[in-house]
Amino acid sequence: MKRNVLAYPYIAVWLPIFVVVPMLFIAYYAFFDNGQFTLEFVKSLREPMYWNVILRSAWLAVRATLICILIGFPVAYMLSKMKKSAATLLSIFYILPMWMNALLRTYAWKVLLADGGIVSVILEFFGIHGVSLLYTEGAVLLGTVYNFLPFMIMPIYTTLMKLDKSYIEAASDLGANGFQTFIKVVLPLAKPGIVSGITMVLVPSMSTFAISKLLGGANHALLGDLIEQKFLLSSTGYGMGSILSLILLVLVLISTAIMRRVEKDNGEAEGGMLW
Amino acid sequence: MKRIVAILLTLVMLAASLSFLTACGDNSKTLYVLNWGDYIDPDLIKQFEQQTGYKINYTTLTSNEEMLIKLRSPDCIYDLCFPSDYVIEKLIAEDMLAEINKDNIPNLKNIDERFIEISNQFDPGNKYSVPYMWGTVGIVYNKEMVDEPVDSWNALWDEKYAGQVLMYNSMRDSIGITLIKLGYDINTRNADQVAEARDELIAQKNIRKGFFDDAIKDDMIGNQGALAVVYSGDAMLCIDEEEGNPNLEYVVPKEGSNVWFDNIIIPKTSSKQAMAEEFINFLCDAEVAKQNTEYIGYSTPNKAALELMDESWTENPVYNPPQDVLDRCTIFHDLGDFLSVFEEAWNKVYFEN
Repeated sequence: MKRNVLAYPYIAVWLPIFVVVPMLFIAYYAFFDNGQFTLEFVKSLREPMYWNVILRSAWLAVRATLICILIGFPVAYMLSKMKKSAATLLSIFYILPMWMNALLRTYAWKVLLADGGIVSVILEFFGIHGVSLLYTEGAVLLGTVYNFLPFMIMPIYTTLMKLDKSYIEAASDLGANGFQTFIKVVLPLAKPGIVSGITMVLVPSMSTFAISKLLGGANHALLGDLIEQKFLLSSTGYGMGSILSLILLVLVLISTAIMRRVEKDNGEAEGGMLW
Repeated sequence: MKRIVAILLTLVMLAASLSFLTACGDNSKTLYVLNWGDYIDPDLIKQFEQQTGYKINYTTLTSNEEMLIKLRSPDCIYDLCFPSDYVIEKLIAEDMLAEINKDNIPNLKNIDERFIEISNQFDPGNKYSVPYMWGTVGIVYNKEMVDEPVDSWNALWDEKYAGQVLMYNSMRDSIGITLIKLGYDINTRNADQVAEARDELIAQKNIRKGFFDDAIKDDMIGNQGALAVVYSGDAMLCIDEEEGNPNLEYVVPKEGSNVWFDNIIIPKTSSKQAMAEEFINFLCDAEVAKQNTEYIGYSTPNKAALELMDESWTENPVYNPPQDVLDRCTIFHDLGDFLSVFEEAWNKVYFEN
């Protein structure tokens, strides 16, 4: 328990300076204009454009998360079935690209998806001609999934690794076939991993902004882009940018709360959580 | 053992903080420069540093609006900045610029009288700014993908090129060319005209590939689009025989366009005005200006530099446009409070699709 001492500088210095104070600034800018309390920015939210962007971002984040589960779970499952050494090696391959800056990885996709790029050459080989891949919503979705997939695989993998194999043996002793075992035993036990994976993918993909600019050509601008644009380019942007940031924060808190609830319902939440 | 480690650690920390202190001490010899990306030959910075013993702290960004916000910030540290015409007009109106002492800039005589005169339109009396680079806005198109000569902004709305049109991610430029296409003034203060331009841009949605920053150059060179809105200096790179794409062509549409100036200014908050003027004088030197303009590809207002350059530059209509092109171009003016109407329209175009 002595180790807790190491957390003090974080709690006493880091947290206030880099989390609490900036939050207070955002709240201040959202409700004060030149020192005067104002609801002007809140009222501006009546403009349907803002809600369109928010909905579009949330919908993109939900789809990205679903795709990450569909890809991430089988991968994590296979990894957990492998020999430890092979699994470690393979999971390094998943993590390796993350040592590189996310922007660079996204730029790489730009080259791959460009007209005449590798992907379109492969498609043409199969007789599919003239599809523009870059600067579409699909490209933004792909970029988001690619960037956040490791955050789905790793927590599920750690949960599955810690899974007590005797449960599976017990299930087959009692006559369950492979599929039944998977649905009734493995999946429920992997839930904490899935839940933490969802949190780690949904939240950042809701606030992502560079991806839609690079791969979407600003035709599919998201909430993150809107906030960036407000702060950087608009003459009166701090207020609007702050109120939109607050909305994003609320969305994040709501999804985290839902995830917490799901996890509690699951009974003891152990393992799987990376944070 | 433990004690040795502790002493070593303390020494390391002490050394670190000492070097931090000395770094601060040198500050008086450091010029903070805020500029666009790819907008100076980096060798020139080194040359200036060697000549004077000053240090240049160089920051880049991508838009005038961002520059304005940086300069407005109460703890602005910059000593030199290179904003465009209409931004300078705004900065002057907000009394944020230091008057430039022309006695410190003898090389000012190198600047073409024509451009001093145009600068006069946004900087009356040329008190606060010195012309750095200038250019036009036009269309770069790929002759392989477009088989007719392009001479009008209407080409950017042509169904034939659906999905092949690249627009510039800049509010003033995008709305500006749309206003010209509709036959209005780029500096209009008529909200109905701006609304019309906004709807025109929204209607263009399926024809354009998107709004892009500097990526536009690479995309056009890499055959990723048929038509693009490009600044003349970037067009120089696009049509360059070695680095560019021989199929590309640059045109300033017949309806007219925007001619812009990026001038050098010194913020009022700067405490190193004389040093900054020394740097301006350096940049206005004929040889230096020649090297700089040949490196970045944007047109120099420096007459003496132009005289040193060979025909491949001076006879190039993209680099050195004939007077009739200049005559149909207008400069942007500061819109004052009306800017918010533009911003709202731009937000709609950008996010509501």
